[in-house]
Amino acid sequence: MTTPAPASTERGAYAIRMQGIDKSFGPVRANREATLEVVTGEIHALVGENGAGKSTLMRILGGLQKPDAGTLEVNGRDVTGWTTSDAIAAGIGVVHQHFMLVSTLTVAENIVLGEEPVSGGRFDEARANSEVEALSKETGLKVSADRRIADLSVGEAQRVEILKTLFRGARILVLDEPTAVLSPPEVRELWTVLRRLREGGGTIVLITHRLDEVIDISDTITVMRAGETVARLRTSETTPAQIAKAMVGRDVALTSRDEISALGASMPGGAGSTEFKASSDMSSALNVTELVVLGSRGTHEVDGVTLSIRPGEILGIAGVEGNGQTELIEALAGLRPCASGSIRLDGHDVTYKSVAERRSAGLSHIPEDRHRRGLILDYSIADNLVLGLQEAFSTRGMLNGANISSNAKRQIEAFDIRPPSAVLPARALSGGNQQKVVVAREMGREFSVLLASQPTRGVDVGAIEFIHSRLREARAAGKAVLLVSAELNEVLALSDRVAVMYRGRFAAVLPVAEATEDVLGEYMIGMKTDEAVA
Amino acid sequence: MTSQLREKFEEALFPPVVALLIALVCGDLLIMSYGQSPAAVYRMLLEGTWGNAYGFGQVLYKATALTFTGLAVSIGIRAGLFNVGAESQLAAGGFLAAMMGLALSPGVPGVLAVPLCMLAAAAGGGVVGAIPGVLKVKFGAHEVIVTIMLNFVVLALLNWGIANHLNVPETLHTTEIDAGAIPRLEAFIGAFHGSAANLSLLVAIVTAILAWFFLFRSRRGFELRAVGLQPDAAEYGGVSVGGVWFRALTLSGAIAGLGGINYVLGYKHYYEEGFAGGAGYLGIAVALVGRNHPLGVVLAALFFATLSQGGLAIHALVPKQMAEVLQGVVILAVAMSVPEVRRALRQSRRPVAA
Repeated sequence: MTTPAPASTERGAYAIRMQGIDKSFGPVRANREATLEVVTGEIHALVGENGAGKSTLMRILGGLQKPDAGTLEVNGRDVTGWTTSDAIAAGIGVVHQHFMLVSTLTVAENIVLGEEPVSGGRFDEARANSEVEALSKETGLKVSADRRIADLSVGEAQRVEILKTLFRGARILVLDEPTAVLSPPEVRELWTVLRRLREGGGTIVLITHRLDEVIDISDTITVMRAGETVARLRTSETTPAQIAKAMVGRDVALTSRDEISALGASMPGGAGSTEFKASSDMSSALNVTELVVLGSRGTHEVDGVTLSIRPGEILGIAGVEGNGQTELIEALAGLRPCASGSIRLDGHDVTYKSVAERRSAGLSHIPEDRHRRGLILDYSIADNLVLGLQEAFSTRGMLNGANISSNAKRQIEAFDIRPPSAVLPARALSGGNQQKVVVAREMGREFSVLLASQPTRGVDVGAIEFIHSRLREARAAGKAVLLVSAELNEVLALSDRVAVMYRGRFAAVLPVAEATEDVLGEYMIGMKTDEAVA
Repeated sequence: MTSQLREKFEEALFPPVVALLIALVCGDLLIMSYGQSPAAVYRMLLEGTWGNAYGFGQVLYKATALTFTGLAVSIGIRAGLFNVGAESQLAAGGFLAAMMGLALSPGVPGVLAVPLCMLAAAAGGGVVGAIPGVLKVKFGAHEVIVTIMLNFVVLALLNWGIANHLNVPETLHTTEIDAGAIPRLEAFIGAFHGSAANLSLLVAIVTAILAWFFLFRSRRGFELRAVGLQPDAAEYGGVSVGGVWFRALTLSGAIAGLGGINYVLGYKHYYEEGFAGGAGYLGIAVALVGRNHPLGVVLAALFFATLSQGGLAIHALVPKQMAEVLQGVVILAVAMSVPEVRRALRQSRRPVAA
């Protein structure tokens, strides 16, 4: 692990200096002693996984939230706990991931909104247009001042957002995941603009979790994990693998890969004990060919993925989040339509089958977000244990209460759900026990293929080990498992083969013996690609 | 487990009880502002409603319609939908019940005619409820807007039909139905003489019991509540969210439409313009105070019926509008405290991204 140490020595030239920032929301500590130091005139990348505390830190910077502890200095001035209007006045401009534009107004109207030029008590449209055009020319952010926001592409709308902050005199620009919605040419254009702003003396903080972008554009990098600042690096002196490691590494106490592997080796069918065989000569339980899944804006979120998993095999998918893993799993589960390609489950084509039909064909699914999808938080544990199986647990349209209770009793015992009560609402359980309810439901029934998406996210150590051993047992029992995890260690500890997903495609598929963090790191950030078939 | 149950109970009862207390305080202040003693007014209110058979019969009559519309609205809310169209669904149900009653020949026995008229009533409301269902599933039209607008359209159409084609001259009602009348309570218990209470009341109770079984014991009800609580999780569980929306709005409309039998089959034996008289809208308040539970809905329907009938009884001491003011206070107080409404308010405050 890299210790946070200032990579720059230009003391006093910090545009932003946040030190020892603590911020809690109820029991959740979003930031713990987080540090961010940004030198004037640089492009600074703030990276970390979802929930690492980047956004909270930026909200504190922008005055939307006050820190519980710690100090915030902007241009050498202590401004801890300031308000949004203070922040704007001091030249901080935040471009949010979700645009804050009035879609029925024109570009110029949106940009001048709140500071409209007025002549004779009326809005001076001509002056607004010419001011916006002048600013557009000066910064190289090409927009047409008189077009309506509703008619713009996403890239154009983003340029308007940036212009809006510049119009208000922003010298420190914060961009939250600016490339998430952009096409590659639009990204290149954005980079040009950002470099130009830097040349003009502007300071830029870029929030992202795409490492290739970080390498492309930034001068300095701050890596956050679980609310803490874990590394501050100079881009020119680091490698993508180092950044990836800092981003996804687990707590030292329990994450070393050797420990997990040791745990696995003692079990039947543990990691490494299964010999890797080419899948083409085996009958596969899950067979996916050239699958394409579209995002909400028509982008190819999954762009031609082909994979097959044998019974008794775990295929792990590694990759930086946001490279199409979520969409792939949802398409396989039937929650997202497939644009093209095919999905075969035990030899049956299920490409256009409903969620319920896939379930009864033997597909189980541990979803990545148990609070949104995996559980109905206000339903009892017993009811949650039959969610998706309600058809099997009813006779002639009426729920079979006796079966539901006996199922609950059996599952609570088998999966050690605590407290052992069938009537408690799922909401009342700890994260680990909530996840056990999901795992119990999906694995405690007849199935042939399991989609396990982030199966141990946000759960305690005991539950992690428990869930891992269940996954290994499923493999030993001849189930096919597709595992997606943001924890590289988890993927490596459990999988027989590892696929790396990058920009909607499989960049590589390797037997686990060949998959080291360094090798995977290069594929994860798109520095290397095999046209792979898993 | 008992503490669990108690907690659940408290959570269900707390908002309505607080609302009633607030209404009580407001009511006291209002009554005192008229120079009357609150105790005297409340005594008069109770004597005029639960204190004599006629008043009690009227309470039962009014509570019957409110039970139907309250159940209709609460089925919608359980599925995460806000059906504001119970008013026109109720009217359409009453209208079709009357049409069926007029179409049948007088010789048709009641055991056949009454169910046929009830079926017509449910179909009338069901069709009006299905329209916002289709529009929501196919085009994403918000059910609140569609049901409100449909109230105007449906009521105007019915009024046009009654005023121009189907009325007894010089009136705004149809002729009396030939078959399908439901007997009044006075036919069995003499004391109820003169009150409009009729056996539709039993239909309302049976509907409430069936609604409970549907919501909490059937697979469709399990799926419906899942969609209402967490649509994404329901979808994950293999439930067709659009299908549930459509079925819930249709069922909601059908239950509201069935409420039309109370007036048409049980009381006047004809369809009359404006008979719904706000019972559809008041159904929203009944559902909220009753916390969308069938038992709660029945109790809330009795409560609002008592207020409505009691308003007439206390006329000698204070203006009868006072009861309406109280009703309004209860609705506001409950609306601010129930989770469903708080969630909706939070959502409407959330800024919309371009």
